[in-house]
Amino acid sequence: MSYEFLVASAIGVLVAGGIFLALRARTFQVVLGLTLFSYAVNLFLFASGRLVIGRPPIWDKAVTEYTDPLPQALVLTAIVITFGMTAFVVILALRSFLETGSDHVDGDTVPCDAQDGSADGEDTRL
Amino acid sequence: MTLADHLPILPIIIPALAAPIALLVMRRRRALGIVISLVSCLAMLAAALTLMAGVSDGTIMAYALGDWPAPFGIVLVADRLAAMMLVLTATLALLALLHALVTRADRKGWHFHPLFQFQLMGLNGAFLTGDLFNLFVFFEVLLIASYGLMLHGQGPARLKAGVQYVVVNLVGSSLFLIALGMLYALTGTLNMADMGLRVAAVAPEDQGLLRIAGLLLVSVFALKAAVAPLHLWLPRTYAVSTPAVAALFAIMTKVGVYSIIRVVPQVFGESAGAAAWVPAPYLLPAAMVSAGVGFAGVFVARSLSEQAAYAVIGSTGTLLIAVAGWTPESLGAALYYLAHSTLAAAALFMVADVTARRRGAFADSASPGPAFAGRGGIALLFMAAAIAATGLPPLSGFIGKLLILKSVAGLPDWGWAWGVILVTTFIGVVGFARVGSAVFWKSAPDSSAPAASTSRRDLAAPVLALALLAALSAGAGWASAYADAAAAQVLDPAQSAAAVLTERTP
Repeated sequence: MSYEFLVASAIGVLVAGGIFLALRARTFQVVLGLTLFSYAVNLFLFASGRLVIGRPPIWDKAVTEYTDPLPQALVLTAIVITFGMTAFVVILALRSFLETGSDHVDGDTVPCDAQDGSADGEDTRL
Repeated sequence: MTLADHLPILPIIIPALAAPIALLVMRRRRALGIVISLVSCLAMLAAALTLMAGVSDGTIMAYALGDWPAPFGIVLVADRLAAMMLVLTATLALLALLHALVTRADRKGWHFHPLFQFQLMGLNGAFLTGDLFNLFVFFEVLLIASYGLMLHGQGPARLKAGVQYVVVNLVGSSLFLIALGMLYALTGTLNMADMGLRVAAVAPEDQGLLRIAGLLLVSVFALKAAVAPLHLWLPRTYAVSTPAVAALFAIMTKVGVYSIIRVVPQVFGESAGAAAWVPAPYLLPAAMVSAGVGFAGVFVARSLSEQAAYAVIGSTGTLLIAVAGWTPESLGAALYYLAHSTLAAAALFMVADVTARRRGAFADSASPGPAFAGRGGIALLFMAAAIAATGLPPLSGFIGKLLILKSVAGLPDWGWAWGVILVTTFIGVVGFARVGSAVFWKSAPDSSAPAASTSRRDLAAPVLALALLAALSAGAGWASAYADAAAAQVLDPAQSAAAVLTERTP
């Protein structure tokens, strides 16, 4: 199995998991989903400069083949931005839960007592 | 290099400096922070007007950041369209800031002014940049600032809407990055002008990927512009925001429209080979649906601010119907209507606020409330704002819609476009009339004593916004000529490619 297949399937699995979680009703799951999705996006962006092994990104007289340095810079920017955004959305979700008493994303006000899992038939008491 | 050569970067530098300074001085001296914010907005307006004067003869100013030559470094491009958007942003910012100051909305939290300046920095940067990844970065800057501004004033309703708004935009940003990664992998460049030259050379077996990337990119812009079916985040977000902030947000959806206008002709234009005009067939139906959804929302809205939010969706739809023609005439009409609809939406949000402040517990709900002092005057203001939003004479919306109708008349789908624009206008008129008569003509039988009537100072910003619309109407000849020239420039990507890519400083 090739290196490309490994990276591509990793991105695919991360995207699938991320989208599944992002479509859930509770903020914590949505935040986790967004995080997984952004990991997938960062990997994808990194792969957009083609996958090469053992090549330097910096110019040197002795080197004839390089890896593309630009996607690495882009990924760095994207990682910084998504890290900040994830921190923000965690705090925002927490504030929202504490002030409204509900961690449902769809805006329904579900009282805290009904949130032990019985409301939507899920067992969250793990 | 003289100082005049650095003009294109001024609209980004000014708020970028003003924001941290305002942040530092706000704690000790509130008045000084407000002065810094105001001066920054005025300086931005001056810089934008100077830039507009400089590019109105058709020159395209390219500014290489760090003096790196164009396809390798990031480049700022100031042309007629960018200058127009900058002037619009600065004008709107002054109106919103004025309204925030006179209604004391900026005192509900410590960081209103710094966030406001960062928001403007993001907006100006998005309008100026000539690099797709840089566009993403400025989108993030303006979004991060907008999260803070949207939550300004706090409260459960804002927090709940805020979570949705942030989540939707995070997904949008991730999709933006995927589209960028694909485009970079296919063309090897992120400079828009350079990419426009290279998409034609994409191998035939990669055309599918190129189409996906183009459609994904335009979908992300459509999400920002709140085009149906991606509009669902907007009404609640805008309706619960502080009204002065909502007035500024009127330009946020226009950033999405601007990006579509900028990127599609330049990257997926005539010269794009097999992928030419990939997003074009999807744009017109989506635009017509959002015009319908928006004005239907105006018809059934339960509060004035919700109505204003739906009017934003409707006007974006109308605007994109014209954009989807991709002819110089229709795009020119669209740009004129863009300037109009931004100011009209801001006026609606501010009138809704002015009304809500006088009705006590009834706030801006679209139901009969107490009779308050000065109701007649505010009713007139509401009528003027509604006239502007629906596009009736004498304000500039009428001229804008007339130009759009005239310009799309020659296109193949003109019957649909005419039908949708005229019917939605009618629905909007009825909707505004319904809400206006409920709020301003009827009185609740058991209306409690109205809230202590405020001074009339808070009428300043909405009146000024409506006066600007009247001016846009009076100066329609000049404004639409400028818009037509801007449209012609946008639809000729070779011009900007020549200006950007030959900018090699020794």
